[in-house]
This record gives sequence, C-alpha cells and structure tokens, in this order.
Amino acid sequence: MATPTINQAEELPNGPIAAALVAGGIGSAVIGLMTVLNEASPAISNTLKWVGPVGPLSGKTGVGVIVFFVSWIVLHVIYRGKNVDFARFATIALILLGLGLLGTFPPFFDLFAAG
Amino acid sequence: MSISIREGWTVVHGMLFGAAFLLAFAGGLAGLYSLRPEWVTVEGIKERMFRLKAGLWGMALIAWATVISGTYIVYPWYRAKDPTSPRSILLADPSTAAWHTLGMEWKEHVGWLAPIAATVVAFAVTYYGPTLSKKLGERRALLAFYMISFIAAATAGVFGAFINKVAPIR
Repeated sequence: MATPTINQAEELPNGPIAAALVAGGIGSAVIGLMTVLNEASPAISNTLKWVGPVGPLSGKTGVGVIVFFVSWIVLHVIYRGKNVDFARFATIALILLGLGLLGTFPPFFDLFAAG
Repeated sequence: MSISIREGWTVVHGMLFGAAFLLAFAGGLAGLYSLRPEWVTVEGIKERMFRLKAGLWGMALIAWATVISGTYIVYPWYRAKDPTSPRSILLADPSTAAWHTLGMEWKEHVGWLAPIAATVVAFAVTYYGPTLSKKLGERRALLAFYMISFIAAATAGVFGAFINKVAPIR
C-alpha cells in the first residue's frame, strides 16, 4: 500500500477503517458470547472442545477469531471506497468491544453457569 | 542452573512475548497521541510514520504469538487433570482458589481481545499513513482500541505473573 501524502487526507474513504473497527468489535463480542454460552450449556461447551488438551477455550476463542477475520473481509468488501458516518461505526465498534470485555469477566459469565 | 521445557515456554509466553507487548505500548501510545498537525511538522509526521507502522504491526504479531503460545502450549500444562497441576493445586485450597476462578478464568479469555484490537489499529495506521494526523475522530477511536488492547493484555499479564508465582508450571 503506497503511503499517501497528508494533502490526500480528504481523498481516502473512511469505510475500510470503519469496517475494521466494527469487525474487531464483532470478534471480541463473539468471544464474550461464546464464553457465556460455554457456561450456560454443557452441550455447547462440548462442541467447543476443538483441541482436547485445551478444552473449550480452543473453540471459544477460535470461533471469535474466525468471525473477526470473516466479518472484516465481508465488511471491507461492502465499505471499501465509501465514506460512512464514522462516529456511528466507531460507537458500535466500542460497544461491541465493551460487550467482549463484559462477556469474558468471570463474575459476569458465572451468572449463566448451568446447574 | 537449569530450566525445564515447560518453565522455558512459560518464560517465552510471558516474559518475552507478553512483556514485549506491554513494554512497546508506551512507544505506540506516544506515537499515536502526538500524531497531530498542530504539534508535529509535515516532515516530522512522515519521518515517524514508518516507525509507528512497524511498531504497531510488531505489537500485533507479538500479541498473536502470546495468546497462541499461552493457549496451545502453556495452558494444557496448567489445566492438566493430575493433582500436581497448577489448576489442581489452586483449587484444592479455598484460600488460593480465586487465583483460578477469577484470575485464570479472566486471563485466558480477555487476553484474546488484545491481538484483535491491536491488529485493527495497525491496519488503520497503515491505511491512512500520515493523513491520520488530520482525522481527529478516527485517531480517537484508534486510541480507544489501542488502550483496550493494552488493558486486556495487562490484565492477562498481571494475573499470569501472580498465578505463576502462587502455583508455577514445572
């Protein structure tokens, strides 16, 4: 990627950055969601055991990372070359990131522990 | 003077990868925060851009290396079923159980948010280059992501250090 000059600031669309931020938020939120679902359902917990010695942590984080990269690609294709309401996208991204932090906090996800 | 394979990997995961990420944070923060046209000349911004991009991509790669080595190499030793594993030792004593139920359970999950957020920041800085200095909203959003990346990594790192002190992996 060629380095643009400062004078080109207004020419670069912000869509790709908005897409990356939202994808990061989605990936983080999914890790939080998987952590909660793992506690809530023994069946889901079993399906998340992708790597035996690692246990369900492999699936919880694996799903989140895959969703992060896939959503990034999809959103990038949708928003490349476009200008978007950046403040709205950034707010959504930070809320999703916050949900990821909340979902991975033990006193929170323990509230959903089955049995 | 000797060190076991397991202790060696614990050092690589926490003291090399993890500590390098946390140490690099200050440099990246200074670079991102000061990237504003009223503080730095055009030439100054261009000069520091390569350093900032290289540093942020380096941090993102190190963050991925930290969580992957921690989860797939060190963590299986920590959570082994035998009574001598750190997890078993911590849970066997009510006075140390919270190091697992709060500390390890938090660390093993929240640490994964760090490489995701760091990768997004590195991509954005590479995409905009020097023009980021004129994008106030974007710079603020990236600083927020960068700070959260650090907080996630620091939480994981601090608990990792304490847990390895209370119940080390041998």
